[in-house]
Amino acid sequence: MPQLAQLALVYQSQWFWLLIVLGVIYFFVGRGIVPKVEETVDQRDAQIAADLAAAEHLRAEAATAEEAWRATINEAHAEAQAVTAKAKEEAAKDADKRVAAADKRLAKKLDEASAALDEARRSALTEVEAMAADATREIVAKLTGSKVDDAAARTAVAEALSRA
Amino acid sequence: MAGPAKIDPMHQFQITSLGGGELQASPFMFTNSALWMLIVLAVIVAFMWGGTKRQLVPGRWQTAVEMLTGFLENVTRQSIGPEGRKYLPWVFTAFVFILAANWIGAMPFGIVPGAHPFTVTSQFTVTGTMSIISFAIVLGVGFWKHGLHFFSLFVPKGTPFILTLLIAPIEFVSFMVRPFSLGLRPFIAMFAGHILLEVFGNFVVQGLNAGGPMGYGISLLAFLFVAFVSALELLVGAIQAFVFALLTALYINDAVNLH
Repeated sequence: MPQLAQLALVYQSQWFWLLIVLGVIYFFVGRGIVPKVEETVDQRDAQIAADLAAAEHLRAEAATAEEAWRATINEAHAEAQAVTAKAKEEAAKDADKRVAAADKRLAKKLDEASAALDEARRSALTEVEAMAADATREIVAKLTGSKVDDAAARTAVAEALSRA
Repeated sequence: MAGPAKIDPMHQFQITSLGGGELQASPFMFTNSALWMLIVLAVIVAFMWGGTKRQLVPGRWQTAVEMLTGFLENVTRQSIGPEGRKYLPWVFTAFVFILAANWIGAMPFGIVPGAHPFTVTSQFTVTGTMSIISFAIVLGVGFWKHGLHFFSLFVPKGTPFILTLLIAPIEFVSFMVRPFSLGLRPFIAMFAGHILLEVFGNFVVQGLNAGGPMGYGISLLAFLFVAFVSALELLVGAIQAFVFALLTALYINDAVNLH
């Protein structure tokens, strides 16, 4: 086993070089490079955490914005619905009013027309009566030769008409 | 390796002087072991350096480096707690050095003529020194933070006094064994693994030399075994590095938080 056989010869140089090598690794790499690497990792972790937090914040902001937008939209919807309902109601009322007015006008026209009709019928009737009285008088005069006075003829015609 | 080749599986652990001259008992002797330590160092520094571009979106290399440091940061934080960050540089150093040495030692550099791969962690002078450093950190932190109260580590909480007399020596012995077990574990794993590779590699060569269906069959079998053990060696190398780092962190935790 050379490790034992050579021990006395080599231990000094082994220690010397080993301590140099370990010292360089310890101070240059272990205390120099490793902290830098760790710092980089920490920085990256911090950055990722910050980015995530910012993203979360933005997400919350977007959610509130959406909420607000939704509320506005809902409000606008409700308003629009109210406006249309009101407009509909008004239009219906207006239409009712106009229909009523037209009805009234028509009724009035109808009344007038029927009044005129009545009048016409009455005057026609009176004329018929007068003509009937005349005719009666003439018939009586022709048949009997006696003269019937106008009033009596009229009364008789009216009586006959009312009986008919 | 012509003739009756006598392959010595221990030869790979031999430390030789580089740059001429006999091996001497001097700290400044530049050996093949020192060379491979420097290669390990260069690989580690190059790997870590490549991952310090500090990009927000990391590339593959940076991701690998960040995974390594994050993994060890995790080990220290889970073992020691929030104070563990202070001890991360040493846990990192131990893990990375053992891992790189194990894996570089398992690479088939031997197929390059003239290259003599050397596994630094197969020397207990190396792993032992590292475990002594870990143990020294444990003792130093323990006595610095808790003073003589550190000895209460050997008396588990709620032990009746009579049992204390029995348990304290056992705890003390188990505590004192730690540096040995810590240093021996990676050393033994690499030592045994590389002997196995060498022995079966030897079988491959001897089978080819012998020829015949028997020789080629054994050669093929041994080759498959070498491939399998090499894969295992990579796994063992990573596990040993992890075990060393984890145990170091746990021992430091004992010293920091007692228990």
